[in-house]
Amino acid sequence: MICKSMLGKAHTVMAEGGAAAALGNKDPRDNWGIHFRDTMKGGKYLGDWRMAKIHAQQAPDRIRELETWGAIFDRTPKGLTNQRNFGGHTYPRLAHIGDATGLELIRTLQEKGVHMGMDVYMEYTVRKLFKTDGKISGCFAYDRNDGSLHVFKAKTIVLATGGITRCWAVCSGSWEYTGEGHALAYWAGAEMGDMEFVQFHPTGMIWPPSVKGILVTEGVRGEGGMLTNSEGERFMFDYVPDMYKDEFADTETEALEWVSEIVEGKLATVRRPPELLTRDVVAKAINSERDAGRASIHGGVYLDISWRDEEEVKKKLPGMYHQFKELAAVDITKEKMEVGPTAHYVMGGVKVNPETQESTIPRMFAAGEVATGLHGANRLGGNSLSDLIVFGKIAGEMAAVAAANIGQFLPIDEAEINEIAEETLAPLNRKDGENPAKVVEDLREMMQNKVGIIRTERLLKEALNDLNEIEKRANNTFSGSSKIYNPGWHQALEISAMVDVSRMCALAALHREESRGGHTRDDFPNPDYKYWGKINSVITKDKISDGKFTMNIEHRSYPPIEDELRALLDSKDLQEEE
Amino acid sequence: MEEVTFRVFRGEPDVDGDPFGEMIDYTVEMDEGMVVLDVIHRIQAEHAPDLSCRWNCKAGKCGSCSAEVNGKPRLMCMTRMEDILEETPEGEPIVVKPMQAFPLTKDLVTDTSWAYEMNKKMVPINGPDEFDWEFKQEEADRIQEFRSCIECMLCVDTCHVLREHQKFDEFAGPRFFVRLAGLEMHPLDTESRIPEIKEDFGIGYCNITKCCTEVCPAGINITDNAIIPLKERIVTEYYDPLAILAKKLGIRE
Repeated sequence: MICKSMLGKAHTVMAEGGAAAALGNKDPRDNWGIHFRDTMKGGKYLGDWRMAKIHAQQAPDRIRELETWGAIFDRTPKGLTNQRNFGGHTYPRLAHIGDATGLELIRTLQEKGVHMGMDVYMEYTVRKLFKTDGKISGCFAYDRNDGSLHVFKAKTIVLATGGITRCWAVCSGSWEYTGEGHALAYWAGAEMGDMEFVQFHPTGMIWPPSVKGILVTEGVRGEGGMLTNSEGERFMFDYVPDMYKDEFADTETEALEWVSEIVEGKLATVRRPPELLTRDVVAKAINSERDAGRASIHGGVYLDISWRDEEEVKKKLPGMYHQFKELAAVDITKEKMEVGPTAHYVMGGVKVNPETQESTIPRMFAAGEVATGLHGANRLGGNSLSDLIVFGKIAGEMAAVAAANIGQFLPIDEAEINEIAEETLAPLNRKDGENPAKVVEDLREMMQNKVGIIRTERLLKEALNDLNEIEKRANNTFSGSSKIYNPGWHQALEISAMVDVSRMCALAALHREESRGGHTRDDFPNPDYKYWGKINSVITKDKISDGKFTMNIEHRSYPPIEDELRALLDSKDLQEEE
Repeated sequence: MEEVTFRVFRGEPDVDGDPFGEMIDYTVEMDEGMVVLDVIHRIQAEHAPDLSCRWNCKAGKCGSCSAEVNGKPRLMCMTRMEDILEETPEGEPIVVKPMQAFPLTKDLVTDTSWAYEMNKKMVPINGPDEFDWEFKQEEADRIQEFRSCIECMLCVDTCHVLREHQKFDEFAGPRFFVRLAGLEMHPLDTESRIPEIKEDFGIGYCNITKCCTEVCPAGINITDNAIIPLKERIVTEYYDPLAILAKKLGIRE
């Protein structure tokens, strides 16, 4: 395993709310078919139904398996894994441990791996994937600790590199999230799908400035948190989309009754509060409230859980209690939080075979955020951790089986190795130049302003031009010549990936002339069911002439859904003509 | 706008592996609500792009940005400047150094690979093969406290057995007693790790000064809830005459 940070510190530690799996422990009415339906609906029907089926069917056993590897999820009164409510999930479905579920997953898998004798290369950054005869043959990496350069020969490679959201100024991601996995796959020639769909999580911290973007778990709303504007209104009642009208409360009385049923541990008999709508809907609603001049003091909205019992809040949301207490001096058991949208997740990524997770490059596999297919135009909260454990297992097993059947390592071209080595060391050999931190800051500001929640043709075209300028500046940065743990050098090397993933996102967004899920066009504000509702974008690197490449985009559909699975969906959502 | 001066260790190990470097002053402007890590990032952006510092989540959940601020081991991302300014004497700089118990890599970054080697020596969980394990929330509570460890290693940095006496080969340190306690107290685990906790992991070296508990950013009661119960199990196993007799008679394994 090669990891960019130290083992056990990757950004999964920040996943808070839980992992979605239709265990039916908390509400026996749940089953995989409903999880499948919720996932497809939340993804606005652009997801790969084959992956959504595998995911819904296998997630429960992956949770149970983690338990036998030492994970300690919260318990139901009967002593089984407890489950919590989350946006877009019909029933309480998320296995969790307080609000630190990601930490529990990462620690459990870390311990399992360590005891299986896994070799780990920590704080290494991969900069290139090698191909030989069209197949993956290895990768090039450098050790962030001492700057040493390494070539790894490989029979198969699994990308499990997470996302790209560090490309936005307000994001919930750490420095790691610069999109190398996406960029490496693209550079190697893999097909990249759905890159226009970026999830802005509705609730990030917004005050003080230094914490802007840090995640506030959806679990707060799952536990009864209410969203209000500066006029004290629970505005989400005004934003329930037609496709969800039957499932959500339309009065505060009904919403409160649902929460009290849940708090008392009963099965819900009334409809859920509109705060639990899908993330795309809630993020856009907050944005609209802000535009209408009803923002909170620091430009967001209020999220209130203080009406619940103090000890309950501390028990169910200990991380949030500490995070606000220590970073914002707010006691969430007594005061409202201030929150606003933050770039959180990319639905797009490497196109994979749904059964094997192999990409369009033979011997290269991808799982988790770096892959695409499961989430369509919008991911449901809780479906990310379950995505990792379901498809991580499939990708790992398939890559292992494939590797076992490959006799020899493929040779790697020396010239390619020399070229990437030279490129990697180039920033250290310059005498002066711009601080790379400044270039990264400008890229992130630009993406925030031009490829944000609300997009237009003009801004997207500007963004593509701006990226060309940023790319030029990136080739001229300087951050000292030390190879030992030099963060400026590391950052200088990350910009090329950030530029290309930002380009993919802007290009795919420019082409999609409609609004759907995590992609909203001010100039095309409605969903288009006839064409765009059935089609996914695919980006590839195209050679145009000697040594020159261009980004190519086309559009393609998944195979037609099987009738049995179609029967599980809400037929009126599909807007099909008779 | 208010300015602040940080006195930061800059240096690398010398040929013998000992830290070699100097304390350098950097002055930057401050915004409202900043934490120590924000100031370090601003120093990198404005003065020293090559200043080495490890960080990740910036929310106290990954345990990467451990350092010694004004002599106290803490997470830089969870240490508010407001509090630091209050404790720093007027006109004095804020002093930031790497963790002193671990070998230096560069500047504020240390080599904590010892922890990963130690982790391999733990005997993992061993419970039923069947799925759907049943145990109560009250049983989970006890271990969940230990599972909230973020492996920041501040407890190891502050523990005098390791920091002053460098018993890294004979002593597992507070972080791993927390891990061992989590395994030993798991309701469905069937292993006993008591012999190695006594012999290989050297729990006897700990004289319960509670320094580790004081610096734990996750608020784990390391001494009271992990180390002391493990010490008690050893007493029962090795020194309790009734238990020894019971064992001899085959009443208890």
